[in-house]
Amino acid sequence: MNQIALNTAETSAGKGHIDVRNFSLSYETIDGSVEAVTDTQIHVNPGEFVSIVGPSGCGKSTLLNAVAGFLKPTTGTVTVDGEAVKGPSADRGMVFQQYSLFPWKTVRENVEFGMKMRGMDRSKRERAARTLLGLAGLEAFEKHYPDRLSGGMKQRVGIVRALATGPKVLLLDEPFGALDAQTRVIMQQILTNMWQRLKISVLFVTHDIDEAIFLSDRVYCMTARPGSIKAEIPIPLERPRQQSMMMSSEFLGLRRGLMSLIREESLKAMGGEITDLGMQGLSIELNGQSLADVL
Amino acid sequence: MSSSALARDPVEPMTVVSPKIEAKQPTITAPSPEGTAIGVLAARWYRLNKDKLQATLIGATSLVAFLIAWHLLTKYRVVFFVRFTNVPSPLAVYDSFSRAIHDPKFFLHVALSCRRILVGFSLAAVVAIPLGLVMGRFKRIHEMVFPVAEVLRPIPAIAWVPMAIMLWPTNEQSIVFITFLGSFFPILVNTLHGMSLVDPVLVRAARCLGAREASIFREVYFPASLPHIFTGLTVGMGVAWVSLIAAEMISGQYGIGYFTWEAYSLVQYPDIALGMIAIGVLGLASSLLIRAMGRFVMPWGRT
Repeated sequence: MNQIALNTAETSAGKGHIDVRNFSLSYETIDGSVEAVTDTQIHVNPGEFVSIVGPSGCGKSTLLNAVAGFLKPTTGTVTVDGEAVKGPSADRGMVFQQYSLFPWKTVRENVEFGMKMRGMDRSKRERAARTLLGLAGLEAFEKHYPDRLSGGMKQRVGIVRALATGPKVLLLDEPFGALDAQTRVIMQQILTNMWQRLKISVLFVTHDIDEAIFLSDRVYCMTARPGSIKAEIPIPLERPRQQSMMMSSEFLGLRRGLMSLIREESLKAMGGEITDLGMQGLSIELNGQSLADVL
Repeated sequence: MSSSALARDPVEPMTVVSPKIEAKQPTITAPSPEGTAIGVLAARWYRLNKDKLQATLIGATSLVAFLIAWHLLTKYRVVFFVRFTNVPSPLAVYDSFSRAIHDPKFFLHVALSCRRILVGFSLAAVVAIPLGLVMGRFKRIHEMVFPVAEVLRPIPAIAWVPMAIMLWPTNEQSIVFITFLGSFFPILVNTLHGMSLVDPVLVRAARCLGAREASIFREVYFPASLPHIFTGLTVGMGVAWVSLIAAEMISGQYGIGYFTWEAYSLVQYPDIALGMIAIGVLGLASSLLIRAMGRFVMPWGRT
């Protein structure tokens, strides 16, 4: 195994404590300020895998972007290992839903990017990039341009690229949302393997409940906008996790609990136009009568 | 029917068919001498490239038809709204072409035009691309420069001819200036357009990987804008030729535009068409050159 690559990746072990306190974030609009996230506390312990789930538009990506340093909190603090987050940095690797690989760079050049920005010399970073690509099973594609890769491969490159700078934490914003179901399952396995190997802290945003349970040590469930933490659910499933666990009663129980939490919030997010009662109304039984008779 | 017939029926064909299959298989694979293999390959190649072949054939046919039409129209000196009385025939043009390729003066015309294009166009690219990149990145600079550019942009380069003659001490310089102006604005506008389309997620990704402002500019904004920059260069090259020919016709002493205009003044009608065709070929060659450069600079684009 290449020593440099593992050094860059493993120096982060034991670090990466994310702490978000009294966090709120609001946008200025012509009608005044709109609160996207309000009164939120979350934390990720070193080496922990934590997911945030919630109805769409609840501000989970906003929260992640604040940890990444792209957005400033209106109130409250975001710290990583006690240091306030001031802007984006290579300490916090980020993986985006849209892959966001540089189309003009080959797979290997994409992975090398962070190391190049650090001023690492060419031969060193080439070797490190090869090793990391090997871990992700992509060494055969190092000279390909991203355009020619499948979605799953692109996202593997995205993850490897984010890990190549040896970040303390890895932030993922619905990274598998654009992938088909089978690829998604494989990607979850790959991510779990890399996470266990590198012992890095992970903050993972998704709207897929199964994914959140399968991957995480803990799951935060957010309320509808303005988003705040509705519940914090520990996932006591043992590791390493297998696909078969998704059928276990323990998994299904967690799933049911999270489902009902999210469902409540999703209905709220739809602005009361569809209530739970209304949903039942959609499946009217006509008892053999035609619709005209009923009307 | 009796049950014995039913029982026999399925058995019989099976015993008959199976040796047939075994016998057939060697006959499929065995006859593969070179001749048929090449024939099969050729047939396959033809099937794959049928559309392209047809397109080439149709294109060639219409070119020949064009030449024949030109020949007939000039041979019979057709007058039908337009007058072909003095228009040179394709053969006359070919004659003057075979004379011109032995004439160093003709090559001097071509070489001077090419030099003007090279200097004017290169200067335009060297000024317009960085300006567009900087304007696209920094709002303040955009706000300062853009209004001036918008006022000057609609003025055709040819309209600058009198002004250019006043501004520059020599004719040569004013012609290069006109060429510069012609290509400047298409390059600038397309570079700006490219900058405005840079995916902000890529910029964020670069920031997350520790890139600072200068690196983001070099590694993200510039390559992301390159396809549009090359569109600008292609358009700019076309306009550069338009402007150059006009400027040469008005104030030149040499150059292919001047050659064409002079042919008219000297009543050497075949040379008019020769000049036009030369301009067309040069324009086509230069835009092919830019396209080839684009493919070289942007290997991620295709294949």
